[in-house]
Amino acid sequence: MNRKTLLLLTTTAFFVSACANDGETGTSTDEVETIGSDAENAEEITLWTFAPQHIDLYGDAAERWNEEFPDRPIDLVAETYPFEQMHNNLLLAVQSGTGLPDIVDIELGQYPNFMEGIIQFEPMNEYVEPILDKVVDSRYELYSRDGNYYGIPTHVGATVMYYNTEIMDEAGVDIDEIVTWDDFVEAGKQVVENTDSTMWNVGTEDWLMDMWPMISQRDSDAIDENGEVILDNEANVETLQFLYDALYVDEIAELTPGGMNQSEEFYGYFLDEGSASILAPLWYMGRFVDNMPDLEGKIAIRPMPAWKEGGNRSAGMGGTGTVVTKAADNVELSKEFLAYAKMSEEANINLWTILGFDPPRFDTWESEEVRNPDNVYYEYFGDNIFDVLLDVRDEINTLNVTADTPNVINEYHTHVTFNVLRNRTETPKEALERSAKVVRSLQRD
Amino acid sequence: MAEQAHASPKTKNNKIGAFLSSKKVVPYIFVLPFFLSFSILTLYPAINGIIMSFRQILPGVVENVGFENYARVFNLNFYDALWNTVIYVFWTTMLLTVVPMLLAIFLNSKTIKLKTIFRASLFVPALTSTIVGGMIFRLMFSESSSAIGNQLMSLIGLGPIEWRYSAITAMFLMVVLAFWRWTGVNLLYYLAALQNISESLYEQADIDGASAWDKLRLITIPHLKPITVFVSTITIINGFRMFEESFVYWEATSPGNIGLTIVGYIYQQGVGQNDLGFGAAIGVVLMIIIFIISTIYLGITGTFGKGNNK
Repeated sequence: MNRKTLLLLTTTAFFVSACANDGETGTSTDEVETIGSDAENAEEITLWTFAPQHIDLYGDAAERWNEEFPDRPIDLVAETYPFEQMHNNLLLAVQSGTGLPDIVDIELGQYPNFMEGIIQFEPMNEYVEPILDKVVDSRYELYSRDGNYYGIPTHVGATVMYYNTEIMDEAGVDIDEIVTWDDFVEAGKQVVENTDSTMWNVGTEDWLMDMWPMISQRDSDAIDENGEVILDNEANVETLQFLYDALYVDEIAELTPGGMNQSEEFYGYFLDEGSASILAPLWYMGRFVDNMPDLEGKIAIRPMPAWKEGGNRSAGMGGTGTVVTKAADNVELSKEFLAYAKMSEEANINLWTILGFDPPRFDTWESEEVRNPDNVYYEYFGDNIFDVLLDVRDEINTLNVTADTPNVINEYHTHVTFNVLRNRTETPKEALERSAKVVRSLQRD
Repeated sequence: MAEQAHASPKTKNNKIGAFLSSKKVVPYIFVLPFFLSFSILTLYPAINGIIMSFRQILPGVVENVGFENYARVFNLNFYDALWNTVIYVFWTTMLLTVVPMLLAIFLNSKTIKLKTIFRASLFVPALTSTIVGGMIFRLMFSESSSAIGNQLMSLIGLGPIEWRYSAITAMFLMVVLAFWRWTGVNLLYYLAALQNISESLYEQADIDGASAWDKLRLITIPHLKPITVFVSTITIINGFRMFEESFVYWEATSPGNIGLTIVGYIYQQGVGQNDLGFGAAIGVVLMIIIFIISTIYLGITGTFGKGNNK
């Protein structure tokens, strides 16, 4: 073979690989919606989100704003992108300083990425501080740095236990008697014995549906308030052991089908009475209504079991922080609009009535609008939702979310659950120690 | 001719044309597009990547951190990624040299009918993207017992397998996808090389009474050596750069890191965790690994000394 042939071959190889590398990501938005005034003096506010349903909330706020302040009309341009794409675009925009929207929704797990370097968001303190005594402040703390409140939370995300009452009745379990996790295990044994269902599910890719809320309620976390990795501390090892025991010792639980309880596999399984309970934040109500409508009237909401009597019975999980960027055309107007759309009483009532979220302002929890029984969630779950919430309000610890949080979640989903819960090749202690070591070795000085 | 052209200003254009078509200049013009695209699309980003690997890049703040990124590279997850990648390179190199070679020899033989159909159908997978092909593979090897993969397993009396959840089947999925996709391309290389082996060698061998096995062993395979070296080298390099074959099954994270590759790790850390400097450092380490391994490999196969003999 001579060189010409080789050259020819190499060029062919180049073209073949070039043709093959057609990427699958575009930069186009899913959807752009313009809501508001067509008046000439209307200020345009651009907004990015990854959750299309959030636009209902902002759109409603924009319309109310224009009615209330006809002399200062706004024109809201809301763009929805797929989750990963929106956060990656935002990271690039923040890194390069160009192309930023005025207002943007950021998911809690992604949020720490934006809290590094020079923060490109506007502090909302002038709006947050006056209402701090009326809100579940741990949710505001999540999105704050050094005394500045940047992100405005969308919900409390209070974690509760959802019970399938039909299965519980069949098993002869009174769910109001379940106070501690030990009670839960005992009730579980009864369910397994008397019905065809199992009690519960433990996820392999569901950190915030079991491990995180359960360590948070016992005052632990993966990272402490000083930013040290404590993933392998004693409380966490014990908690993971509890999950292991639920699966293999007490045999009251199965691994979550599909790995997580927000998956098609799981919805089908739960509809078929595969298991009798789900541990999840209140916003999971939307999943029931949308994906498991047939269970209407059969699901009851109760606080989480506590580790010991009198212990915490909830934890705040998941979330979206909405921020105003420094690049906003009209910073003051954008801030005022964000406060209007997400922080006012009216806005918090809308968070419930439009989106079915447990609003961060607890002074709205007993308002007429929130208690209005003509509501799809009350019809589905009964009317005690906000009583449960008021009951556990002071039992929600602040989560420590830092730049290491994404690595912790990654380690838990890839290493810990796989080796401890699925393959059983490592003890909880070994797996958590190894993962803590990896997260520490990835830390920057 | 060009030498006389300087007499009049009218002929200025001719002068430039003549200069451009002179024997000294033409070769450079022909290679210029390559050098331009190489410098803009490869060299410049590569140098920037190396510079980036010594930096911490955060919004509004870019600072030099010396070797800090490199100090973090060698952690347990990186070793997982490296190990997976090495195993993957081993299997793809084995399969993607031996099988296409044998297929090419079969398809080159005169006794086989419908050769072009075989060739075309083996080449078609190379025209699809790995992501698209991979999505089909993912469905074929899903956990449900009705998926094709598990149906085949039940034919030989084995229960349904969770293909994407154990290290061995995970590696199988990635290798089989690469194998499916690249066999046709490598087959073309071998077919081209087979045309270069002189018929007379085989005729002579027939006269000497050589068996088919002898002809394969003593004529065909030795004559295919340069192309084998070429094919295996690009397979090794592509193996170390592998990303899509893993991404399509697990995206950025896989259970127990069974699908994590080095480039997957760059993506996970650099893009997903907003640690671009760290991602760049992993990339530089990967570049060094590929460089060392290909140098050793080309040295062993004797490719370096050869240029002078030709």
